[in-house]
Amino acid sequence: MSPVHYVALAVILFVIGGVGVLVRRNAIVVFMCVELMLNACNLAFVAFARMHGNLDGQVIAFFVMVVAAAEVVVGLAILMAIFRARRSASVDDASLLKY
Amino acid sequence: MRQVLAAGTNADFTAAETLFWILAVLAVAAALAMILVRRAVHCALMLAVVMLCLATMYAMQGAPFLAFVQIIVYTGAVLMLFLFVLMLIGISSTDSIVETIKGQRLAAGLAAIGFFVILILGIGHAALGPAAKTTAANGVGNMSGLSALIFTRYVFPFEVTGALLITAAVGAMVLAHREHTAPKPTQRELAARRLASGHLAPDPSPGVYALHDSADRPALLPDGSPSEASVSPVLSQREVGEEPQLVPPESTRAITAASTEREPGPEPVPAPSSAPPSGTPSSGSPSSRSTES
Repeated sequence: MSPVHYVALAVILFVIGGVGVLVRRNAIVVFMCVELMLNACNLAFVAFARMHGNLDGQVIAFFVMVVAAAEVVVGLAILMAIFRARRSASVDDASLLKY
Repeated sequence: MRQVLAAGTNADFTAAETLFWILAVLAVAAALAMILVRRAVHCALMLAVVMLCLATMYAMQGAPFLAFVQIIVYTGAVLMLFLFVLMLIGISSTDSIVETIKGQRLAAGLAAIGFFVILILGIGHAALGPAAKTTAANGVGNMSGLSALIFTRYVFPFEVTGALLITAAVGAMVLAHREHTAPKPTQRELAARRLASGHLAPDPSPGVYALHDSADRPALLPDGSPSEASVSPVLSQREVGEEPQLVPPESTRAITAASTEREPGPEPVPAPSSAPPSGTPSSGSPSSRSTES
C-alpha cells in the first residue's frame, strides 16, 4: 500500500478523535479521544518515514508516544483531583473559570 | 510475521493490501464506536482495538520497534492507567446524553467535515510519492537504525524527554496526594479512645446481628431466633446461654438481663467504676465454665 492510504486513514482517525473531544462530556473519554488523535499523528509520521526512506519520522513518533504517556499521567492525576473535590468527571461541572 | 514485517518494503503486495483494508475498516469502525458508545469502559476497549490495529500497521510499514512500543506502552500501560482511573471514578459512569450547549453536536459534525475536507485536499495537493524502495537508513535493522538516530542526532530531545517524564511523575504524585486536615491519631490515642468508649472487645463481624460480641453468643436470625450454626460446636456443647456460676455477680446480672430481654441494641455500658465493661463478662464466661467442669 502506498503511504497515501495510511495518511488518509490517519486523517480519518484524527477527525474522529476531534469529534469525540468536541462532543463527549466525560473527561476520561475526552482524554481517550486525545489519545486517538495522537495515535493518528503517529501513523502519519510512520507513513511519511516510509515514504522518505529514513527513520526520522519513526523517531518523532517515538517521542510523541513518550509525551503522550506523560500527558496521560498528569491528566489523569488532575482528573482524580477534580473528581475528589467535585464527585464528578464531567467537563461541564469544572466551570469555575467560566464567569 | 516475517512476511508482514517485510510487506512494507517488499513486493508481497496483495497480502499487505488485504491486511491494510481489513485493519483500516476495523480501526475506523472502532474509532466511530468510541465516540458513539455511552459507557467509558466500552470506549476504552474500543480504543484498545484501534491501538492494536495501528500497531499492526506500524509493523507492516517497516517499524517493528514502534509496533512493539505501541503494544507495550500504549495498550499495556496507558490503557491500563485509563482503566484504573475508571475503576476509581466508577465503572458505571455513563455520559449524559443531554446537550448542554444547543446545537453543539451539529456544529461539531460540520466542523469535523470541514476539517476533513481541508486535510484531504491538502494531502491531495501535496504530491505524496510512493514508498521508498529500500530503507537504507535502517542499517543492520530497524532497532539499530533507530538507536543510532536517537543517540546521535536526537540525543538532546531524548534527554529532555527524560526530564519530562520525571516532571510528569512528580506532578502526578503532587496532584494525587491528599492532605490530612487533622493530624493522624497515634496508637496511644486510639487505645485511650477505645478504653473510654467502654467497648473493649472487637465488634461482631458484618452481617451478624448479635446482642453481644462474645463468641459463645449465637447470632440472631432475621426473625429474632438465635442461630445455632453461628456458634462453634465446642462452645455449644457447654450449653451456650446458660448462666455461668463462677463469675462476679455484676456481670451475671448483665448477662441475664441481656439474655432475657433480647433488646435489639448493644447493652448499656455500665459506669467503669461500678462494673467492668460490657465486653468483659461475656468473654470471660467460657473460661469460667471450663474451670467449673
